[in-house]
This record gives sequence, C-alpha cells and structure tokens, in this order.
Amino acid sequence: MTARPQSGQRLLEVKRLSKSFPIRKGLLRKVTGAVHAVDDVSFEVEAGETLSLVGESGCGKTTTARCVVGALDATAGELTYYAENGAAIDTRSAAGELRRRLRRDVQMVFQDPISSLNPRMMVLDIIAEPLLVHGVRNRSERQDRVAELMRLVGLRPEYMQRYPHAFSGGQRQRIGIARAIALNPRLVVADEPVSALDVSVQAQVVNLLLDLQDQLGISYLFVAHDLSVVKHMSDRVAVMYLGRIVEITDTVSLYEQPMHPYTEALLSAAPEPDPRSKSRRIMLAGEVPDAANPPTGCHFHPRCPYAVERCGIEKPSLDARANGRRVACHRADELNLVGVAEETIA
Amino acid sequence: MLQRSQGSVPNRPILSVRDLRTGFAMRDGFVAAVDGVSFDMHEGRTLAIVGESGCGKSVTARSVLRIVERPGKIVGGEILLRRKDGQVDDLVGFGQDSKDLRAVRGRDIALVFQEPMTSFSNHYTIGNQIGEMLRLHLRLSQRETRERTIEILGRVGIPSPERRIDEYPFQLSGGLRQRVMIAMALSCGPRVLIADEPTTALDVTTQAQILDLLRSMQQQTNMAMMLITHDMGVVAEMADDVAVMYLGKLVEYGPVDKIFHAPRHPYTRALLRSIPSIRAKPRSRLPVLQGSIPSAVLRPTGCPFHPRCEQAMAGTCDRDMPQLLPASNDVEVSCFLHHPPESLSTTASGVAS
Repeated sequence: MTARPQSGQRLLEVKRLSKSFPIRKGLLRKVTGAVHAVDDVSFEVEAGETLSLVGESGCGKTTTARCVVGALDATAGELTYYAENGAAIDTRSAAGELRRRLRRDVQMVFQDPISSLNPRMMVLDIIAEPLLVHGVRNRSERQDRVAELMRLVGLRPEYMQRYPHAFSGGQRQRIGIARAIALNPRLVVADEPVSALDVSVQAQVVNLLLDLQDQLGISYLFVAHDLSVVKHMSDRVAVMYLGRIVEITDTVSLYEQPMHPYTEALLSAAPEPDPRSKSRRIMLAGEVPDAANPPTGCHFHPRCPYAVERCGIEKPSLDARANGRRVACHRADELNLVGVAEETIA
Repeated sequence: MLQRSQGSVPNRPILSVRDLRTGFAMRDGFVAAVDGVSFDMHEGRTLAIVGESGCGKSVTARSVLRIVERPGKIVGGEILLRRKDGQVDDLVGFGQDSKDLRAVRGRDIALVFQEPMTSFSNHYTIGNQIGEMLRLHLRLSQRETRERTIEILGRVGIPSPERRIDEYPFQLSGGLRQRVMIAMALSCGPRVLIADEPTTALDVTTQAQILDLLRSMQQQTNMAMMLITHDMGVVAEMADDVAVMYLGKLVEYGPVDKIFHAPRHPYTRALLRSIPSIRAKPRSRLPVLQGSIPSAVLRPTGCPFHPRCEQAMAGTCDRDMPQLLPASNDVEVSCFLHHPPESLSTTASGVAS
C-alpha cells in the first residue's frame, strides 16, 4: 500500500539539544539572564516516518525545528544526520561537501505562505532556486523539473510564469512544498504548514503531504499545535512543554492512553466538532509560565492536577516505558489517565 | 456541561437582523461583503456565525455595531434592537456618530475582539480603560468606578484585581488580556455580546478557560451572545443556533444539533467532513472540498458555492441565486436541491415581482 521505507533506519538523531537566548538589559546590553527555549531535548527520526512536535506557544517546538535545519545554532547538544550512504554528519560542525549534502537532504516548509515566498520572483524561479544553487545550470532542465514538481503538488505548470500574489493561500503553500522537495530531500521539517489555511484548504494540504510521503518516502518533522491535524499526519508524537519533551510515543498510544498529565489535559482541551460529545474537560489553572523564569522541578507542576511535593523539587527524567514510549513524570506509573478513543466509523 | 434549551425559545428576539447588506466601494466596483443576511438573537442563547475567510462573518458583526470601517458601508436592511420597555429601534436608521448610537455601543451591545493586544491602548491602565465605559455610560463617580472595575475584574477571574487594575495591558499574558477584554465588554451589563474570534489567538488550554468564562457569564446575566468563529469545535461546544456563511450569504441556519448531525447544504456537509478529527485513524486522508474560496470581487454567478459543489445542477445553480427558505420547522437552507426552481417560482413570485 505504501512505498514508505519502514526500515527502522535512523535518519536524524537529536541528543540533549539545548538552545537559550540571552536576555539583555540596560544601556550596555548586559546579559542579565537567559530564556531556555529548548532544554535538554532528545529524539530520533527514522527514514520514511513522521514525527510531530506538539505543544502550546513557547514550548520550544519551532526553536527545535530551526536548530534541526541549521537556521539557529544550538547552545548545546548533538544533532546527527545519517546520509544515504550511512555516513553520520554532525550538523553543527559540518563543512564543505558534507554541509552541501545536508542542505540538500534536509529542507523546510514554513507556516506563512505569504511571507515565505519572494513577491518579486516568478513561481518558476522560486521553485528552481534550490536547483540552481545545487548545480543544475541548464535552464530548460530546470524548467522541466519545475513543471514536474508543480504537477506533483497539484499546481498547473502553465502558471509557472506567474508571481505569488496571483495564487490563493493553499496554492502558495503548495509552491512552498514544491520548493522544499525540489532536491529530493530525505527529511522535510514542516513548521505549522497548515495552520494559516482555511479548513477546506487545510484538508487538501494535509492529504498532499501524506501523498508525497507515500510516493517519495520522505520523513517529516512536523511542528504543530493542532492535535487533530497531528493525528492525521503522524506515526509518532512528541509533546513539549516549556522547552522539554514530556512524552514521546507512537500516535495511537499517545492519544488513547496518555501517560503524562499535560498530554491528557491537552487532549481534553481540544474542542470537538460535535455538539453531542460529552468529553470530560480538564481545566488547567493559569497559563504557560514564562520560559525566562520556569518553575522548579517538573515545569508543569504548578498547573498539574496530580502534582505532589516531589514534583516541585525534583526534575523528572524522560524515562523509557514499554513499546519505545518515554515519559517525564514522577507519577506516570501510578496514574490512570484518560485519552480519546479512535472513532470506529469514519 | 451547558444545558441546551430545547424548544423553549423565547418568542421575541432581542436583536433581529433583516436582509442586511454591507459592502465596500472599491476601484473595481462595489463588493458586497454581506449580501442579504437575516437572523435573530434571543436572551440567554448563543448564535454562532461560522464560515471560512472572506465569508463576511466579521463584517456582519461589525455592521450590527455600525463600526464597519470606510469604505465599507451598510447599503440596506434593518438591525432591530428590542429595548427593555419593548420598544424596537432600527440601528441602521441612527446617524453614524449620533448620540443614540453611541449610547447603544458598549452599553446595550458590547464587543470582544480577537486580538486583545491591538484592541487596548498601551498608554492607559486597564482600570482607566474599563472605567471610561462606566463613567460615560453609567455616569458613575470616580470612587464607584474603581470599586465596580475591581469587582468586574474579580468576576472574570483576574487574580488580585485591586493590584491588576493599575497595570498596563502589556504587563498581562494573552489569556489575562482576553479576560480583561471580556470584563470591559461586560462592565455596563450589555444585553447582547458579540465575540469576534475570542479565542483564536489563544492556546488550547487557555481557550478552554475563556470559553468556560463566557458560558458562565452568560448563565449569570442571561445575555444573548453572537459568536463569530471559523472553528467548528468551538461552535459545537458553545452555540445554540448556527448560521453558516459563504461569500456573504447565509447558506444554512438552524439549531446546532441539526447543523452538525443533519446538515442540508452541500457546503455545510463538505465543511464538516473536511475537519481533521482527534479521533481519526492516524495517517488517514481527509475528504476534500475542491478548489478554494473565490475572492468577493470575482463572485461566481448564481449560487456562490456552485463552482465547488459536487451536486451543482448546470443551468440552475450557475444562473440563479437560491433563497434562504425553511427546510423544516427550525432549519433554513439556501440550495436548489432543497427548493427546486419550479417550487421557488411559485412560492417566491410574490417577493420577486
């Protein structure tokens, strides 16, 4: 059914990644503190799979994604990319030919389809730019490839001489996707690629991303806040809160049997499009705290309905459980949390 | 959970909008953003106006308060507000900056905006901004104003309101700012509250808190609420009645349960099907609504939805505009599938001629 390689072959390994931004104050811009946007995050992405990073604003999901593509330089940790020939490339120090390979193999799709396309460039040039940069010098060859890519993402090649403003939001997102897959990447990092789109158009782009994955065997690192979209897209999900991963496991287990209280609360807070649904809602107190001044111990403890004294003192480690699940909660084994069941009839 | 009133609809609406038309005079000609919209709002009930971008839901909300920005203009219809003494005023008849209209805005009909950051002034304390409403509308003294403001801030769940009242909007988090916005809207005890995407800019866990607050405020005050949103999840949770809009037209209008469980208009059906579900099978494809929303400048002829409609009938849907007509005792729909053109010509001939 699917052409996706489910080989368990490792593509990306993120180990103890941290990224902090300095807070500067006063006339001399003295560093007075730091925002720990990403704090000791580890995960892997396997060939052909989709791993989603979910969480609310300020949880560090976008910062993590930007460190992976190299748009931000990590403060600490290891980012290893495994090339097709098996070579391990340290993405933070890669130079020369290795760096070029990395740039070709790891691509990005952005959230905002308007600001991520240059309004003064024709669609042809936008999609062809990565080809040009990576050495496709022949103009007609580039043009043929752009036509092929446009067909692949559901755009009409006749429109390649038009400018971005002539396209709708959904079509612009397709242009961004065509540009990202132009060099046959192995990993596409997609940062909220459908959240700026209307529902009816969002569905089209979700389907397109799934189809492209089946056809081309790409892996996605999918960053999103919408748990419903994530359910449709992912093989595995990592839930983040205030810079840390609190739970990571396969999609079905995460939604049906969450083991972290934050995952449970997040699932229960998502409004369901059914007036008859009688979901039990867990109302969390307060809001996500300031990342410059995070709570002690478990970051979630001030809002957690199950918190005990220990949670405020000791930072829980992301411990392994059955079936490759990892959870960072002191009480994960004693709590019996509620998830959302899969619908039997579509 | 909210109890949904079944059949106990108070017979006299507090606000009735009839055949509202609002448009913008552009270089390319007149663009109708709201094109003949009618609905009723009742005490203690919530009407959700739902649709995708460009459907005219926000312009509808702004038209009711007469705050559509130029070159936008109401060109037809009635906005009928029933006063406490039973007298009915047509807000369209009031002058744009008249005293009568200013007395309605904020006092009888209040508004909660989507973006709490841009709708406050950062140069005044929140106490000052809420107090302005109380002084203007209720003519309270300075001391009464302060007491009342602290009381309202406490009611919407702001911790230590006697300290927060002297803070500036930028000192508050997004969720608290939206609570202050709701406090301000409720300060003069409005009978109608319009909430334009009140939770769109918020995180899900904060959204849950704000929806809960709006619901409990409505239970306390029995106000009528108009909820403008694109999120069907929010609609399902909050609304009693739903009006679905597409390109300036109401395409379907009825009680929430009927809209979600027995949708009649092809657009409503397609829209509901295309929503990603938290209960879906992972990696399952979504049923897709083809194409995208046309711009209001290039509005299709006939039914505005016909180019994307799988059941469009050539020669009918692309030529004539269907009317919003009753499809059952409580649902109205504008679609030729439900009101074939033959029956239309007999029932609507009196109106058309």
